[in-house]
Amino acid sequence: MLNEEEHRLLKLIAEDCRLTPDELSVQTGLTTDYIRERIINWEKEKVIVCYQPMINWSRTGEEKVSALIEVRVLPQRGYGFDKIAKRLQKFPEIKALFLMSGGYDLSLLIEGKTMQDVALFVAEKLAPLEHIQSTATHFVLRRYKQDGVELLGQEETLQRLMVSP
Amino acid sequence: MNRYLAAHVAGLPPSGIRKFFDLVATMKDVISLGVGEPDFVTPWAVRESGIFSLEEGQTMYTSNAGLLELREELSHHLSVTLGLSYNPSNEILITAGASEAVDLVMRAVLNPGDVVLVPDPSYVSYAPCAILAGASVRYVPTHAKEDFRLRVEDLNRVVTPKAKVLVLSYPNNPTGAIMRREDLIPIADFVAKHDLLVLADDIYSDLTYDGRHVSFASLPGMRDRTLFVSGFSKSYAMTGWRIGYVAGHPGLIEGLTRIHQYTMLCAPIMGQIAALEALRSATEAKNDMVTAYDRRRRLMVHGFRQMGLDCFEPLGAFYVFPDISKTHLSSETFAEELLKEEKVAVVPGTAFGPSGEGYIRCSYAYSTEQLQEALKRITRFVERRLSKQNNQ
Repeated sequence: MLNEEEHRLLKLIAEDCRLTPDELSVQTGLTTDYIRERIINWEKEKVIVCYQPMINWSRTGEEKVSALIEVRVLPQRGYGFDKIAKRLQKFPEIKALFLMSGGYDLSLLIEGKTMQDVALFVAEKLAPLEHIQSTATHFVLRRYKQDGVELLGQEETLQRLMVSP
Repeated sequence: MNRYLAAHVAGLPPSGIRKFFDLVATMKDVISLGVGEPDFVTPWAVRESGIFSLEEGQTMYTSNAGLLELREELSHHLSVTLGLSYNPSNEILITAGASEAVDLVMRAVLNPGDVVLVPDPSYVSYAPCAILAGASVRYVPTHAKEDFRLRVEDLNRVVTPKAKVLVLSYPNNPTGAIMRREDLIPIADFVAKHDLLVLADDIYSDLTYDGRHVSFASLPGMRDRTLFVSGFSKSYAMTGWRIGYVAGHPGLIEGLTRIHQYTMLCAPIMGQIAALEALRSATEAKNDMVTAYDRRRRLMVHGFRQMGLDCFEPLGAFYVFPDISKTHLSSETFAEELLKEEKVAVVPGTAFGPSGEGYIRCSYAYSTEQLQEALKRITRFVERRLSKQNNQ
């Protein structure tokens, strides 16, 4: 379990991973040495998995298609869903993979350049895999929010007074 | 047409803030650190409840005192967070912002000739409200070397037999100072000795960064001598909703309600409904905002100290109050020249009382990026002024 200081620090890194240990030190009151050591440990422990920016590809003009795929799987004795999941996570087209409760078993987020790419991946790579019973593909039409960040315009533009008591 | 203005209004000096606001308004691309309100938008659950109340047609007056449900929730909240006990039926009045509550207190308790003791520096409206109520004001200076806390020694220097009300506004705007229990105890003795009533403006009580706020009203024997004023503007980023409140002895609240019923009738109902939701569901959002302010606070104090200026570490509210006397500029000149040369707006300390001379108020209710850019510009300005000093 994280203590209060660690929680504060990790939350700040999660919000902006570009902050240097010195900047983090100023904003948290923790020492730079402590911060460096924590970060190194978290990297080793895979608490911090990677540092990557969130890109809104739709604003780059570059075409990208995403689809959420519901997959029904026949679980394997002794492995449950893990064996098939391990295999699926190797596909670079699969950006996210979750085991779900409810009407289907695995949820996949797939990215491709075109709808054709995604359709081909499902038809040729995913559906024919052993133990996969069925798939249902739902294409993403528009992203409004991702990882807690609102992507749709600046609805909440502040119009505060420049000076107030 | 000024001749129609009443003498006590015509004689009221314009706010130092207003003057500076007019100057800033003429300029473009200014980074302002001059705002006394949160940069956050009201938490969504709270906004949503306000929207829903409108959809439901909740557009009528409420009772003068405010929605009973809100007063009940507030009573519970004050008990849990500050250890205060107020009967929701006759000891809490919901007002149009804490500002109305301050005005009501002054008008309800002051007679012409009474004296109000006001910490200096402090928020701009206490003195004008006291003067409009026919009273006069004696400022009680507070000092950086004493962490801008109110001291009995300073109170003893200014108290008069006519003193009736003491204003306590902690955490303080503009200094960010707080008063701990051990600081408040001698003040309580002073208040009892001089038979004073305390207007405790605790509007920033949720925004503290080193332990929980202690309310003066929670001290032994002080509950009935205190009119506890607060609101939702700062804690829940709800400035525009205009919901505040005042709690105290029923005899006093009854007096305040008499004015409120004729002048305001009631606080806006959609704001009251939103405030109720804030108490019920926005604690986490509030705590997140406090965490963000705390980080920015550290950034600002560090930034000013890096410039070579003395900067008292504020432990409450969202302002830093650095000492700019090393630049040999007055507060007002510093603010004006900084605005002209670097396009950064700060508020001269003197806008908050004579003891603000030599200081500027910088709000950190801004994004980290804005604060960093502002600090960069202020650093350039200060370096120029300090090197000028060294060359002379």
